[in-house]
Amino acid sequence: MAKDIIRLEGKVTEALPNAVFRVELENGHRVMAHVSGRMRMHFIRILPGDQVTVELSPYDLGKGRIVYRTG
Amino acid sequence: MSVRPKSLEAIEKMRVAGQIVGEVLVRLQEMARPGVTTAELDAEALRIITERGGKALFYGQPHPRGGRRYPGHICVSVNEELVHGIPGPRCIAEGDVVSLDVGVQKDGWCADAARTFGVGEVPERVRKLLRTTEEALEVAGREARAGVLWSAVAGRIEALVSGAGFSIVTEYVGHGIGSEMWEEPRVPNYVGRDLMRDDFLLVENMTIAVEPMVNMGRRNVREKEDGWTVVTEDGKPCAHVEDTLVVRRDGCEPLTRWTGQLKGG
Repeated sequence: MAKDIIRLEGKVTEALPNAVFRVELENGHRVMAHVSGRMRMHFIRILPGDQVTVELSPYDLGKGRIVYRTG
Repeated sequence: MSVRPKSLEAIEKMRVAGQIVGEVLVRLQEMARPGVTTAELDAEALRIITERGGKALFYGQPHPRGGRRYPGHICVSVNEELVHGIPGPRCIAEGDVVSLDVGVQKDGWCADAARTFGVGEVPERVRKLLRTTEEALEVAGREARAGVLWSAVAGRIEALVSGAGFSIVTEYVGHGIGSEMWEEPRVPNYVGRDLMRDDFLLVENMTIAVEPMVNMGRRNVREKEDGWTVVTEDGKPCAHVEDTLVVRRDGCEPLTRWTGQLKGG
């Protein structure tokens, strides 16, 4: 049975230094997320209030990577 | 990141579970003829697994994002369904591409494998898809040796699949396996810039479930309303094969190939 890469929807609540953001996930959890390399490359701006898709690290569920800006 | 190798005792127990998985796959492939429902395949799988003293691993698996638990004992994914197809009243028809995914736990240790095959005649392009996906698993089994980084193996899988004109699915990955079905590490079939961070060194006696997932058309997939079944977005056929492998010094040894034989044809 294939393992799902854990992706969750969330809302950016705060922008921190070094392109790190605090994101509140739709399940209520709060994680620290950095922006995926691909999104940095395309200069996609992320602001507090944005809806984003976060891929959680399997090693530390409090950390993640923003892979899409959804809204 | 370190991934612990398994003890020889653990590997032998996983081999016992793997034999059950392999036997179920062979028997169900034999049974999957036009007119048979996917629920009948599920029931037969459960019967064999229980008779051999195993436990069907997939039943009741929690949903990765909090949806309902998996209701089947195996996964049966037909045509545009890639993985996690829930068995039900659907009848298998001539020309279908059927994927069977089976996981068994016995004496606390797990094994997990899948095969995809055509029922009766399928177009040449589909046959090529099935061949390429199997080849991808073969290549992985040969290239994955102790001392090699997984990204090197994933690169070979990706090159083979894209070279044949097909697409590798990136939303789902293989996984470490042992006393639990889903263990660390993630075992992707592609090399992504982001995934390079999670790269790992293959060490002797580590056990991984390697499962190339290949789409005939575009790589995009989505989850159906049932919360589990993953289908290709363009509705084109796809294939998925998987073995539970032990990493050795000169390649991998599969634990999920049945060594028995079907009796009476």
